[in-house]
Amino acid sequence: MTGPLERLGRWALERLTALGRANLFLLRLLGALGFLLRRPGLLVKQLYAVGVLSLPIILVSGLFVGMVLGLQGYANLVYFGATSSLGTVVALSLVRELGPVLTALLYAGRAGSALTAEIGLMKATEQLASMQMMAVDPFARVLAPRFLAGFVAVPLLTAIFTAVGILGGYLVAVVQLGVDGGAFWAQMQARVLLWEDIGNGVIVKSVVFALLANWIALFEGYEAHPTSEGVSLATTQTVVVTSLAVLGGDFLLTALMFGVW
Amino acid sequence: MRQKHLELLVGAFVALGLAAFLLLALKVSDIAHIGEDQGYRVTARFENIGGLKIRAPVTLGGVRIGRVVGINLDPNTFEALVTLSIEPQYDRLPSDSSASILTAGLLGEQYIGLEPGGMDDFLKNGGSLKLTQSALVLEKLIGRMFTNAAQGEAPAKTP
Repeated sequence: MTGPLERLGRWALERLTALGRANLFLLRLLGALGFLLRRPGLLVKQLYAVGVLSLPIILVSGLFVGMVLGLQGYANLVYFGATSSLGTVVALSLVRELGPVLTALLYAGRAGSALTAEIGLMKATEQLASMQMMAVDPFARVLAPRFLAGFVAVPLLTAIFTAVGILGGYLVAVVQLGVDGGAFWAQMQARVLLWEDIGNGVIVKSVVFALLANWIALFEGYEAHPTSEGVSLATTQTVVVTSLAVLGGDFLLTALMFGVW
Repeated sequence: MRQKHLELLVGAFVALGLAAFLLLALKVSDIAHIGEDQGYRVTARFENIGGLKIRAPVTLGGVRIGRVVGINLDPNTFEALVTLSIEPQYDRLPSDSSASILTAGLLGEQYIGLEPGGMDDFLKNGGSLKLTQSALVLEKLIGRMFTNAAQGEAPAKTP
């Protein structure tokens, strides 16, 4: 009789303590950031790993997403004779939603999973423990540079994704389908606002997603069971949890920023 | 050497990201329109501006020659006071030109269309357009159509 209830209670307590551990983890991480002032080389190496190496996937996906938006927008707007507002459609969807969200999802798959696997394996092979034995703080030496690098990389990747996407939309709309190029840019510039759209969309959203994606990836790696199964599970968890957090967070942010109450 | 190589690539990545931000700000957003305005100002009074918005285009013969920069209500006459900014190269518009609020297509946005007049003197900065035609408000038109239809029916029934 008490079996299922007991399991529910245990599950809820486990979730709550995990949340608490995640918050303590983030606090320790933020506290260790100061170390990077003395060793900026560590940050450069990680920026290369999560930023530069993510560039190809971001560039290609951004281009294709923008081109698809251009095609679909054209196919529907042409019925209303409103193809000149294609620039607005492409730019607003990318700037407000698709740019930040898709970049965060791609980042979780491309870089977040790698971070988790790396930290998880370091834990499984007891590298983190041996560092502590030698009085080297793994938070400062290993986790903080990765966190800060990801935190810097995601907003930059989002801006690149969005810009490339708009160029992709331009290619399809203006070069291929023959929408007037002047109208494409002019309508876009008339409707996209610098702070309300680009500031809220590209900057605020991507910073929030950068925090979520890197926090989750590092925490999952740090908490992974030190076995090969544990590391594989943690890697999967990272992608799943990050995707859910990003999509759910995006709804909240959109409701706060653009919602009409 | 390896570290140098790494730093170069990371530097290029950061520069690319910042360039993308710059592109978004300058090419995509409305920043180009902030402070760009060098045209001369002309005001026009309308009874009803419908859905006219700030930054709506001002056209003459279908060519865009300026845009709406201000919409206010005159507190004494209860007319809408619309300020237009017209590009400086179009400085030879006759002073009795008329302005009407038109709609681009059935559902499109509203803009101001100018019709040139025949006077010899030209519009200047601070001038005003005397002849104006208000926006067609679809709801009013439909309402009028219904009242007309009802009035048309009433006499037909009485005899």
